[in-house]
Amino acid sequence: MDNLKKAILTSLWFMFLTFPLMVVRVNTIEKIVQWRFMNMVYVGVGAFVLSYVWRYLLAKRQIGESRDETGGGRRSFGARLLSEPRLYVPGLAALGLAALAFPLAGSMYQVNIMITALIYVVLALGLNIVVGLSGLLVLGYAAFYAVGAYTYALLNHHFGLGFWTVLPIGAGMGALFGILLGTPVLRLRGDYLAIVTLGFGEIIRLVLENWSDFSMGPSGISGIDRPSLFGMQLSVNGSTIYMYYIMIGLMLLTIFFTNRLKNSRIGRAWIALREDEIACQAMGIDKTRTKLTAFALGAAWAGLMGVVFAGKTVFVNPASFTFLESAMILAMVVLGGMGSIVGVVLGALVLILLPEFLRDFALYRMLIFGAAMVLVMVLRPQGLISGERKVYRFQAGEGSHE
Amino acid sequence: MDYFLELFFGGLTRGSIYALIAVGYTMVYGIIELINFAHGEIYMIGAFTALVVAGVLTALGLPALAILAVALAAAIVWSAAYGFTVEKIAYKPLRTAPRLSPLISAIGMSIFLQNYVMLAQTSDFLPFPKLLPEIGFLKPYRAVIGTSEIFIILATALSCAGLTLFIKFTRMGKAMRATAQNRKMALLVGVNVDRVISLTFIIGSSLAAVGGVLIASHIGQINFMIGFLAGIKAFTAAVLGGIGSIPGAMLGGLVLGWTESFATGYVSSDYEDVFAFLLLVLILIFRPSGILGKAPTQKV
Amino acid sequence: MNKVLSVTNLTMDFGGLRALNEVDLDVRQGEIVALIGPNGAGKTTFFNCITGMYDPTEGEVLVLTPGGANVRLNGMKPNKVTEIGLARTFQNIRLFSSMTVLENVMIGRHCRSRAGVLGAALRDPRTRREEQEIVDRSYALLRELGLENSVNEFARNLPYGAQRRLEIARALATEPFLLLLDEPAAGMNPQETMQLKDLVLGIRERYQLSILLIEHDMKMVMSLSDRIFVMEYGQMISEGSPAEVSRDPQVIRAYLGEDHHA
Repeated sequence: MDNLKKAILTSLWFMFLTFPLMVVRVNTIEKIVQWRFMNMVYVGVGAFVLSYVWRYLLAKRQIGESRDETGGGRRSFGARLLSEPRLYVPGLAALGLAALAFPLAGSMYQVNIMITALIYVVLALGLNIVVGLSGLLVLGYAAFYAVGAYTYALLNHHFGLGFWTVLPIGAGMGALFGILLGTPVLRLRGDYLAIVTLGFGEIIRLVLENWSDFSMGPSGISGIDRPSLFGMQLSVNGSTIYMYYIMIGLMLLTIFFTNRLKNSRIGRAWIALREDEIACQAMGIDKTRTKLTAFALGAAWAGLMGVVFAGKTVFVNPASFTFLESAMILAMVVLGGMGSIVGVVLGALVLILLPEFLRDFALYRMLIFGAAMVLVMVLRPQGLISGERKVYRFQAGEGSHE
Repeated sequence: MDYFLELFFGGLTRGSIYALIAVGYTMVYGIIELINFAHGEIYMIGAFTALVVAGVLTALGLPALAILAVALAAAIVWSAAYGFTVEKIAYKPLRTAPRLSPLISAIGMSIFLQNYVMLAQTSDFLPFPKLLPEIGFLKPYRAVIGTSEIFIILATALSCAGLTLFIKFTRMGKAMRATAQNRKMALLVGVNVDRVISLTFIIGSSLAAVGGVLIASHIGQINFMIGFLAGIKAFTAAVLGGIGSIPGAMLGGLVLGWTESFATGYVSSDYEDVFAFLLLVLILIFRPSGILGKAPTQKV
Repeated sequence: MNKVLSVTNLTMDFGGLRALNEVDLDVRQGEIVALIGPNGAGKTTFFNCITGMYDPTEGEVLVLTPGGANVRLNGMKPNKVTEIGLARTFQNIRLFSSMTVLENVMIGRHCRSRAGVLGAALRDPRTRREEQEIVDRSYALLRELGLENSVNEFARNLPYGAQRRLEIARALATEPFLLLLDEPAAGMNPQETMQLKDLVLGIRERYQLSILLIEHDMKMVMSLSDRIFVMEYGQMISEGSPAEVSRDPQVIRAYLGEDHHA
C-alpha cells in the first residue's frame, strides 16, 4: 500500500515537473500555443511504473553491497564466462571470422559504420587507461583526438605526408600534448582535474575554430589523402574496406597492449593510485610520474585515432571535437565498466551500434547516453563488467604458476 | 570614455548573471563537495519555462508586467523543482560513493536534460519576448546602459542581499552553515541534513532561474544548449571567488564578467570564450582556493 | 650503537597551531622503540613528518642507511623516503581495496623494480624475470604473515586483523631498514595483540631491521619495546626503558591527570 502511494505521488510529481516543457509548446512569433496532453499521460504512466523499478533496483543494490561486505562476493556470470577458456575460445574464434568476413557481406554503409564503431572502441580503450585504470577523470579527451586529426590534416595538406608516416607522428603529438597539459594539472584533486581538462579541451577546439591562418577555421581542412596500400591509391570502396582492416588491426593491437599493461608493474601502480594516493606514495610510487605516464599513453591513443579519423573522413573541422564527443567516450568507459577491457569494448560497441540498428532510436541517442551514465553510477557503479584482477596460483611450496 | 562605460556596464550585466548561477554551484559544493554539472541545465530550463509561460500569457493578452511576474515566478518554481528532483535521483544515492561517481552522474544528468528539452521543445533558437519594460528617462543613455541591464544588475543585487540575510539570520541558514562545515557533526546535533541539502538545491536553482529569465529577455533568444557554456562560466566564477564561499561567487561573477567584457572589447572578440576558459584553467592550477576561499588541507 | 634514525628539534606548525614543538627522538640499529602519548599528542604528525607526508617547519630528520650514508629526509617526497628504506603502516588502514591481497604486496615491490611501459608491452625475458621475482617475494611475505590462503581475495574482504597484517606485509615488501607502525594493535583483542607482538619480534629477527611504533596498548608496549618515548601536547616529555618511563611522574600525570598521585 505504501509503495502504491509512493508510486502515485511520484507519478503526479513528474506530471507536474514536465508539464511546461512536455505539454505546452509555443510559437512566440505567430502567438500559437500548442497543447500536447497525451505527453502528460505518457509521463504519468511511465513515472508510475519506473517508480517501482527504481525502488526495486535501489534495494537490490543495497543487498549487493552488504553481501560484498561479508566477504561472500560472488563472481558475476560475465566474469566466470571470461575465465573459462572452454567457453570463450570458440565464441572468440567465431567472432573473429565474422569480423574478417564482414566487409564482403555488408554494404559500404555498414562497413563505414563499423569503422566508426571500431574507432570509438580504441578511443574508449585509450581513455580507459586514464579514467578506468588510473582514476583520473579527463573531460577533454576529444582535444587529443583533435590533435591527431589536425596533425595528419595539416601535414598532409602542406607537405603531402602520407597516412602511414603520420600515424606514429599523430600518436607522438597526442602524447606530447598529454604531457604538456598534464604536467601542470596532475597535482590537482580529482574533480578539479576533470574541469581543467574540460577547459583545455574547449580551449584547443576554440583555437582551432578561430586561428584561421593555422587551421582554416570552422570550415576545416578537406581533401585529405586516404591511406595508401604499398604506395597504391585505392578506390573509395577499396580504401573503405582497407580502412576497416586497418582498424581491426589497430584494435587488436590496442587490446593486446592494454591487457598486458593492466597486469604489469605500471598497471598495478595506476590502479593503486586510483584506490589511495597517499598509501600509494608511502609504498614508494612516484605519483606524478605514474600519472603522467597514464596521461601520455591515453593521449597517444587519442592522437593515433585522430589520424585514422582524418584519413577515413578525408575532412576535419573543429565541430567534430566538442565536449559532447569527450562525454560520449567517457560514457562508453563508464557503462562498460571502468578498468575492464572487455567491458569497455562492449560498452563502445553497444553505444555506437545500437542507435544504428534502431533508427528511431538515433534521435534519443544522447538522451539515453546521459540517462545511462546516471543509472550506471547509481545502480551499478562497476559497469557492465567489473574490472577483474588476475588470479595467481601457487603450489604448496614456493614458486608460482600462472 | 563612453566605450569604456559601455564595456563596464556590459561586464557588470554579464557578471551579475554569472554570479546568480555561480551561487548555486558554490552552495552545493560547500555542502556536498560536488560540482553540480547539471546546474547550467537548470538555468536553461528556467529560461524555457519562462518562454513557454510567457507565450501562453501573451496569447491570452495579458499586460507585459504581469507576464513578466508570472513567467519569472513559474521559472523559479519549476527550476527549483528540477533542481530538487535531480538531487534526489542522481546525487542522493551516491552520498557515500567515491568522489568521482556523483560527478560522472552529474555529467550524465546534464546531457540528459539538454536532450530532454531539445526533444520536448525544439533544437532551434527560439525568440524570447522582451519582457523587461523600457524606462523613459533612461533613453538618452541607451548607448552606455540599457533598461534590461539595469534590471539585471538590480535583481542580482537584491537576490544576493536576500540570500546573505537568509544564511546569516535564519535557523535554516544556520543549519546550512553548520552542514557545510561538518556534515556528520551537523547530523549528530540534530540538523536534518537531507532537508538542508534539498533546500540548497532549491535556492541555487531558483537563483539560476532568475538569471535565466533575465538574460534570455536581454539577449532575446534561447536554445537547449545555452546551459553548457553559461554553466562552465558560472563555475569559473565560483572557483575564481573561492568555491564554497557565497560572497566569493558574487565577486567571481563580476570579475569574470569584466574580464570578458574588457578583453573582447579591447583585445579581440574572436576569442571571447577562450578568455573564460583560460581564466578557469589558470585559477585552478595556480590558486585553486580562489580569491576568498581557504586552502583545503589533506588528511592522512 | 649506530643511530638509524635521529630526529632533532623537530617542529611542525599548521597555520598558527604548533602540532610538534622541538621534538627529539632516535632509534638505534635493531631496536624496537615505541612512541606513546595521549590522543592528539602529535604522534601521527610526527610519523607524517618523518615519512615525507608533511614538510616539517623546523628541525632535522636524519637517517643512516645500511650502506653507511647519512641522509637528511626533510622535505623529501614520501616515495623517495620509502626508496631510501623507511616504510610505514597507517592508523586507519589504507589498503588498495579492489586489488587482491597479493597485488597489494606486489605494489610494495614497485620501488625495487624497474620495468616500464615498453617492458610491459614486450614482456622481454628481463621483465618476465623481474615480474616472477615480484610474485615470488610477495608470496613469501604473505606466507610469513600467515596470509597465504587469501592470496587472490580482494583486500577489502579480509577480516580486520588480517588487513593489519597485510599492511605490514606490504610495508616489508619495500625492503625497509626502519619499519614504522602506526597503532598496529588498534581494534585487536588481547589474544590477537599477543600474536602481533610475537610477529613484530619475529620480523625484527628475520629482516634485521629497526622498528618505531605508535601504540596505545600499554601491555604490548611495555613487553615489546627496548625504549619508549612519551609525547604530550606536541612535546617529548619523557624517554627511557619501559621501567624508567613507567616510573616517571610526568608520564603518570599525563596519562592519569593532574590530581592523581599514583
